[in-house]
Amino acid sequence: MKARDLPAMLGAVLLVLLAAATLSAPWLGADPEAMNLAAIHAAPSLAHPLGTDELGRDVASRLLHGGRVSLAVALATALLAALLGTTIGLVAGYRGGWVDSTLMRLTDGVMALPLLPLLIVLAALDPAKLGIGDEARSSEAFMVGRMVVIIALVGWTGAARLVRAQTLSVKTRDYVRAATALGATPGRIMIRHILPNVASPMVVAATLSVGNIILVESALSFLGLGVQPPMASWGNMLTGAMNVIWSAPDQALWPGLAIFVTVLAFNLAGDGLQRRLDPRR
Amino acid sequence: MTAWLTSRLLQSLAVLVVMSLVVHGLMALMPGDPIDLMIASDPHLTAADAIRLKALYGLDRPWGERYLAWAGQVLRGELGYSRLFAKPVLDIMAPAIVNSLTLMGSALALSLLVAVPLGVFASRRPGGWADHLVNTVSFASVSLPTFWLGLMLMVLFAVKLGWLPAGGMQSLTGDSGGIVDSLRHMALPVATLAIAGIGQYARHTRAAMLNEAAQDYIRTAKAKGCGPRRLVWRHQFRNALLPLVTLLGLEFGNLFSGALITETVFGWPGMGKLIADSVMGNDFNLALTALMLATAMTLLGSVLADLAMARLDPRIRLR
Repeated sequence: MKARDLPAMLGAVLLVLLAAATLSAPWLGADPEAMNLAAIHAAPSLAHPLGTDELGRDVASRLLHGGRVSLAVALATALLAALLGTTIGLVAGYRGGWVDSTLMRLTDGVMALPLLPLLIVLAALDPAKLGIGDEARSSEAFMVGRMVVIIALVGWTGAARLVRAQTLSVKTRDYVRAATALGATPGRIMIRHILPNVASPMVVAATLSVGNIILVESALSFLGLGVQPPMASWGNMLTGAMNVIWSAPDQALWPGLAIFVTVLAFNLAGDGLQRRLDPRR
Repeated sequence: MTAWLTSRLLQSLAVLVVMSLVVHGLMALMPGDPIDLMIASDPHLTAADAIRLKALYGLDRPWGERYLAWAGQVLRGELGYSRLFAKPVLDIMAPAIVNSLTLMGSALALSLLVAVPLGVFASRRPGGWADHLVNTVSFASVSLPTFWLGLMLMVLFAVKLGWLPAGGMQSLTGDSGGIVDSLRHMALPVATLAIAGIGQYARHTRAAMLNEAAQDYIRTAKAKGCGPRRLVWRHQFRNALLPLVTLLGLEFGNLFSGALITETVFGWPGMGKLIADSVMGNDFNLALTALMLATAMTLLGSVLADLAMARLDPRIRLR
């Protein structure tokens, strides 16, 4: 291992620790939604390692549970966006012609849009008007799923461009021409022969995208359009902290630090992967 | 060149029309409609009034018809009234645009002023200590959630130290609206946006500088006996600026659409806060117009960046 791999290792170690901490959240510490109005803004103690918030809830436990939500949303979104982008990029690159130019115009169009305002519009849609029932609407799974879908809907463009460019260069290789000559169907060629060759840059791009997705998700939750209280998320914990900024200014520290460290860890790990897979850099 | 420009503008127009369809359609899927909200706020309105009002505003007609009616009005320059502010949309948007331009322009200038020298500095010896330092700063900067950065600056400078105001554009009392007062209110939001932008500009500058360092003309200049300072600034740096122009073109749209989150955190009455407030407050005309303007400016920015590139770089021909 070389010295320049150190930051990437640091990122990877941080990610493992984060995953372990958030996955074990249900067995550690207090109920994140249990209020105790007799002990609001309590100082750190053995029972509450990071103190309590404006409703007397345990901050450490809310951080861990919020982290579960943020990480789950981010990983699922990165996966869905990569899936969408890869499909579009593969088809555009392999088919070429009008299919390619239509799909790429679409990609350019989505890329040209102001993303945050668009996400706010998507997040503010009324699920009732989309025909989703009351029961489903109030479930936590729906809340999380909705974030995943809307962020993936605007986040697939980078992957599509990357995969298309790779596909264009791979499809002229001899083994692809051999497969065509042997009568393989386009679907089989795309999945068995081209996809494995575009996979590694895709993994890098997906890893690097997770950090950004966490930033977007926490921003939406911060604005009140993402994960709704009482369910904890790093973004909505900061909304709470902002409301009490004059009486309890330290409340804003931990959730933001958690976001920062997580995003940094994903960026460092992604960058390290990129160096590994692309020796020219 | 003219043909290129025409086709690019037509393409942008097409994206804009598609975007208007999408946004107009999405707005119809927002919770409630204006009349329902009116009824909720006025107990004297009856169901019959509601039906009459819906007919008056055309809300009983199908969506396609409503879109065409709206598009027709916009093309005639009638942007309508803002429900949230009870004023014409243009009267609300004009000051918000000016406020966003002030905020974003200052932040961008400050960001570039720090980031470009940092990037150049880092590129002098790739892998050296300066490079590592700049790289670390860049990583931290792109990983920072802007709203948290804003909150932390607010906690430190407004709550704990009490040096600067926590939000708004001017004080309500005392030296209200004076230059010093305005600058004091700008300090925190501008610092937030500038710090958040430094990372990406420094990284791009460094990458562009290294890319130029490998070119033949650099070797030629060196062989002719060009000194290191002149080599970096007159030869390498001037060419490395070109890719930054593209980046600035992408930033152009943001100058007009503002910084949604930072403006919300600091209560800065710019376009970003306006978009957030109007979307969440169900202000149909205002939200639609603001979103369309933001999109149009983003598209215009990328056309301008291409034009500037062609003008600055003789190797590029626009066709």
